[in-house]
Amino acid sequence: MSWFQKILPPKIKRRQEAARKTVPEGLWSKCPNCEAVLYAADLDNNAHVCPQCGHHNRLGARKRLELLLDEGERKEIGGNVLPIDSLKFKDSRKYTERIAEAGKQTGESDALVVMQGHVLGVPLVAAAFEFRYMGGSMGSVVGERFVRGIDAAIKGKQPFVCISASGGARMQEGLLSLMQMAKTSAALTQLAAHRLPFVSVLTDPTMGGVSASFAMLGDLIIAEPNALIGFAGPRVIEQTVREKLPEGFQRAEFLLEHGAIDMIVDRREMRKVIARGVNMLMRKAPLQA
Amino acid sequence: MKTTYLDFEQPIAELEAKIEELSEVQGDASLDISDEIERLRKKGVTLTKEIYAKLNAWQISQVARHPQRPYTLDYIQSLTTDFQELHGDRAFADDQAIVGGLARFEGEPVMIIGHQKGRDTKEKLLRNFGMPRPEGYRKALRLMRMAEKFRMPVLTFIDTPGAYPGIGAEERGQSEAIARNLYVMAELKTPVICTVIGEGGSGGALAIGVGDVVMMLQYATYSVISPEGCASILWKSADKAPQAAETLGITAPRLKALGLVDRVVSEPLGGAHRQAEAMAENLRKALSDALREVKERPLNALLNDRYARLMGYGKFKETRGG
Repeated sequence: MSWFQKILPPKIKRRQEAARKTVPEGLWSKCPNCEAVLYAADLDNNAHVCPQCGHHNRLGARKRLELLLDEGERKEIGGNVLPIDSLKFKDSRKYTERIAEAGKQTGESDALVVMQGHVLGVPLVAAAFEFRYMGGSMGSVVGERFVRGIDAAIKGKQPFVCISASGGARMQEGLLSLMQMAKTSAALTQLAAHRLPFVSVLTDPTMGGVSASFAMLGDLIIAEPNALIGFAGPRVIEQTVREKLPEGFQRAEFLLEHGAIDMIVDRREMRKVIARGVNMLMRKAPLQA
Repeated sequence: MKTTYLDFEQPIAELEAKIEELSEVQGDASLDISDEIERLRKKGVTLTKEIYAKLNAWQISQVARHPQRPYTLDYIQSLTTDFQELHGDRAFADDQAIVGGLARFEGEPVMIIGHQKGRDTKEKLLRNFGMPRPEGYRKALRLMRMAEKFRMPVLTFIDTPGAYPGIGAEERGQSEAIARNLYVMAELKTPVICTVIGEGGSGGALAIGVGDVVMMLQYATYSVISPEGCASILWKSADKAPQAAETLGITAPRLKALGLVDRVVSEPLGGAHRQAEAMAENLRKALSDALREVKERPLNALLNDRYARLMGYGKFKETRGG
């Protein structure tokens, strides 16, 4: 206790203590990788990349789009497409309850948010997964919003970008979810027919049915550092092959080494790399520095 | 070959054992018990009908995985002539979990591609239990492109627990191999007819399952995840697989009602393995009908319909605006 606090009357002292308790949690945060204690505002100003070790934190869909797209005019696409429980799916809980809970937790109505906007002045359509919404799982709504995003890109003669973060297909919609793999991949054939680029950005984690469909079909496939990317989950593989998985297995660097992706890009450079790349693919003038 | 009976078929198994016993007695006894045997046979048929009339989803998935169920090569043998198997992805290996090649179906050249499981331990290992690695899907892709080039329809037979979850498979791009097939099949410029003949296990099944007509045998299953896998994730216990099977909606009639399957091909009483020839005949008729339908249509219309069908997948609601 400082000399100043000692001379304060008790009433004021108490109030100050109360005030300290209401300091919002999350003002400070600990890096999950290097455990450095970071000031949240610094982290936010650094695209949620740890300034100490470069660890890329997971991000929600809207935050992603906010970081990717230029400020100003943005138009959300397919936000009016909403999930239904067509199978009357029930495990330990009902699918409808899980939908409601995920909605409350994330403020989203499903696991994909699509927006039309600009990146460094280049007009495009961008989609981003909300991993906290049922593990970013792909069901009917994700598939439909993805396709509507592509339709908008074709209409506006613009590139399409998708930032993935997903555990795969959504079990609660059964085979309908599996078919979203076919639907999203098929939609890309139309984008290609119009010679419009598809940029697939893989973030931690991109697995299962998302990885095994559109995410691996990018003209450019970009991964964030250290992102877990693969078809089968590491645990399933370990149980199947009964051996220890190699160090760095299914990480972005592993995929780059095995020729599965074009590049690994630091999140803070992402806007530039995407805008520059699609501009060349569309034979447009270079970006103004 | 002696029929292997599933758990829920035990009453049928007991009856069959009794019939066999009596048949042996019949051989050396002077008194005639053929009437009795005939009576038991009829009872056996009634019993089988009763049991099969109310199979639940979990029981159906047992039939779909029956060790004696006809596999792709069995159908190739009974339905086609001049089969010439074509091997390899021209890049890495020949994956024996997928077989493919040229054949004649009702005299016409077709490309056949299907998952292949093994019968005995040695063959099961060779076929990797019907779980393909990337080179399997890339072989399938190569054969589809060839079919497109030479203007022949593609017939696929789906029967896999899923794509193989292994270290090498991941290193060689399992995801990309599956994804590429989905993309190419969506726009392949030749008719594609897909039939789920046994187990339709997730992405590993879908990777040869995009086409103009999708059919399922009556006791085949098609699912986003195996009932066991679903149960261990959502219920945290693989014992709940029967409940998972029910709620996932993996059976042919349910998927037809959802509009994901065009046609259900009837199986003989007691499942395909009980009368393989009758099953092959039913499948021949179904394939023949499907082929006739797709061949009547101009290629452009066929591709437009295929695309429209893919875009139609999914159930959601839509509010105004947005």
